[in-house]
Amino acid sequence: MTLAIDVQGLSKSFDGKTVVHDLTLRVARGQICGFLGPNGSGKTTSIRMLCGLLKPDSGSGTCLGYDVIRETDQIKRHIGYMTQKFGLYEDLTIQENLQFTARVYGLDRRNERVEASLERLGLHHRRNQLAGALSGGWKQRLALAACLLHEPELLLLDEPTAGVDPKARRDFWDQIHAMAAQGITVLVSTHYMDEAERCHEIVYIAYGRLLTYGSIHQVIAEAGLTTWAVAAKGDGARIATLSQDLSGKPGIDAVAAFGAGLHVGGRDAAALERAIAPYRSDPMLTWQRTEPNLEDVFIDLVARAENDPRAA
Amino acid sequence: MLWRRFLAVFIKEFVQMRRDRITFAMMVGVPLMQLILFGYAINSDPKSLPTAVVMGDSSPFARSIVTALQNSAYFRIVESPVSEARADELLRLGDVQFVVTIPVDFTRDLIRGDRPTLLVEADATDPAATSNAISALISLNDTALDHDLKGPLASLKNAPPPFDLQIHRRYNEEGITQFNIVPGLMGVVLTMTMVMMTGLAMTREQERGTMENLLAMPIRPVEVMLGKIAPYIFVGYVQVTIIILAAHYLFDVPVIGSLPLLFGSAIFFIAANLSVGFTFSTLAKSQMQAMQLSFFYFLPSLLLSGFMFPFRGMPEWAQWIGEVLPLTHFLRIIRGVMLKGNAPYEVWPNLWPIAAFMLAAMALALLRYRRTVA
Repeated sequence: MTLAIDVQGLSKSFDGKTVVHDLTLRVARGQICGFLGPNGSGKTTSIRMLCGLLKPDSGSGTCLGYDVIRETDQIKRHIGYMTQKFGLYEDLTIQENLQFTARVYGLDRRNERVEASLERLGLHHRRNQLAGALSGGWKQRLALAACLLHEPELLLLDEPTAGVDPKARRDFWDQIHAMAAQGITVLVSTHYMDEAERCHEIVYIAYGRLLTYGSIHQVIAEAGLTTWAVAAKGDGARIATLSQDLSGKPGIDAVAAFGAGLHVGGRDAAALERAIAPYRSDPMLTWQRTEPNLEDVFIDLVARAENDPRAA
Repeated sequence: MLWRRFLAVFIKEFVQMRRDRITFAMMVGVPLMQLILFGYAINSDPKSLPTAVVMGDSSPFARSIVTALQNSAYFRIVESPVSEARADELLRLGDVQFVVTIPVDFTRDLIRGDRPTLLVEADATDPAATSNAISALISLNDTALDHDLKGPLASLKNAPPPFDLQIHRRYNEEGITQFNIVPGLMGVVLTMTMVMMTGLAMTREQERGTMENLLAMPIRPVEVMLGKIAPYIFVGYVQVTIIILAAHYLFDVPVIGSLPLLFGSAIFFIAANLSVGFTFSTLAKSQMQAMQLSFFYFLPSLLLSGFMFPFRGMPEWAQWIGEVLPLTHFLRIIRGVMLKGNAPYEVWPNLWPIAAFMLAAMALALLRYRRTVA
């Protein structure tokens, strides 16, 4: 199994503030790796370091076998990077944008590739429309098509589905899986838990530090979290006060709203049971042991990272 | 209620103003710059203009005339004596503003009372620069020889003056202002438009969020820069053509020199200004800032290049700044070619500074461009 991404100890700081701290990441070829973490956790900076846009302050490694510090030109040639914000020209037409991209990459059979790309996109009849006139979902498809023109082996997608409707999101993910099946490696950052669940493996970072890494099952299992689901009879007011009461109690590591109820989690099952015992007799509440989901795990991870003195 | 909402906007504007350093610098910098330039650098009565003397006669009389010229403060003898051919070359190159020719047999004719003619040739491509000096000349022939005309020659002092003065306005016989302004305008128009065009180049990419995508692609900064500059060279040439046509057909400005030479030289000037604009756009954070930065370039270009005010009227420090600016050299080139018929070798002394400026601006732009990656 060869690695598409293999970096160790990448760090980057801006104006003395560490944005990414000691990031070590290995992603096998053909995998879809979900990159998760709160806003400002260093996801974009990490992706920029991987694609040669930013030079890490320290650390080393390779992307597609090319050195992330010295061979950035080679990396840029072989990866596709989709920026968080629409990065194509709004005052160029769809076709002109694709032509421009193809020219920059110096592709042969340019017209043929652009035609094929328009065909795949289903934008054949709208080729002369200005990119600025497209809706969010179409812009995202165009941006993806532009980064696929040069047939990259690795795709780095920075929150590609932000502001995109559910149907377009589902189509997008179908496409990602189709590409992975062809052997393309995909690193995709997202805030959506349902998208995380579509990934082969996930990476969770917060405060610039990698908190967990692995398949969803591994991540959940390693968190060692015991979770109780609480539901309330009547209106939701009881749940809101309960959530405040429980947060921060010893033994309770994560409280999260889940549907009309709550998920209450703790790493120490016995301590958790002691903490919730006084509430379990409440006739208005029903308690039930449940499997922790990704969100529970992440809430616990972030809470733990917050209390970590190293997280400045 | 109205008051509170007014105050909300009022306070917000102040906060934003304080954040925008360049605007702040503009508000302080522009008045200061104008005060300094207008107050110290500009002088519409230029003195000590470089002058060459062709000595056909080196008698004490001739030397008295040269001394009288220098005493007038308008003339500074830089080369004397020179041959006629050399004098002509100096005038064409713009190295001297005046050539004074003391004819052969000047003394003999003077003593005989034949009233010899002293020839003063002025480079009239900039009429404003020479007019006061020429006025000063008029009284010269009355008084220059007062000390020399003693004893038997004292009778020559009586009117009419002992010698005649012939003033020859070279390259612009009638002293038409348009001959100076219209070719100069070409340089000014190019400076303003070209800097602005590329000034927006990188900031537009930044503002529209296309920069990151561009940087992520395998394209080098120099490729981006040249690709962004080249299209505007065509725009520049369209402007050059329009102004030359207008100069010729609307203002009857002569085109004595070679048009291909003019067009050939213009490319350096156009590219230099485009590079400056590109540099600004790598320095600025927004298109607005790029515009403001370009103002700091226009102002000295307009005032210190010799376009609005005579170059030689400025103090030395201002002339040094002027010598750095491409517009100064381009004005000399275009006036030289159109009005004086300058040949390539006469254009060269003003061409290389433009090329050097261009390369420096490009180097700075590339240096800055790399830094914007971070």
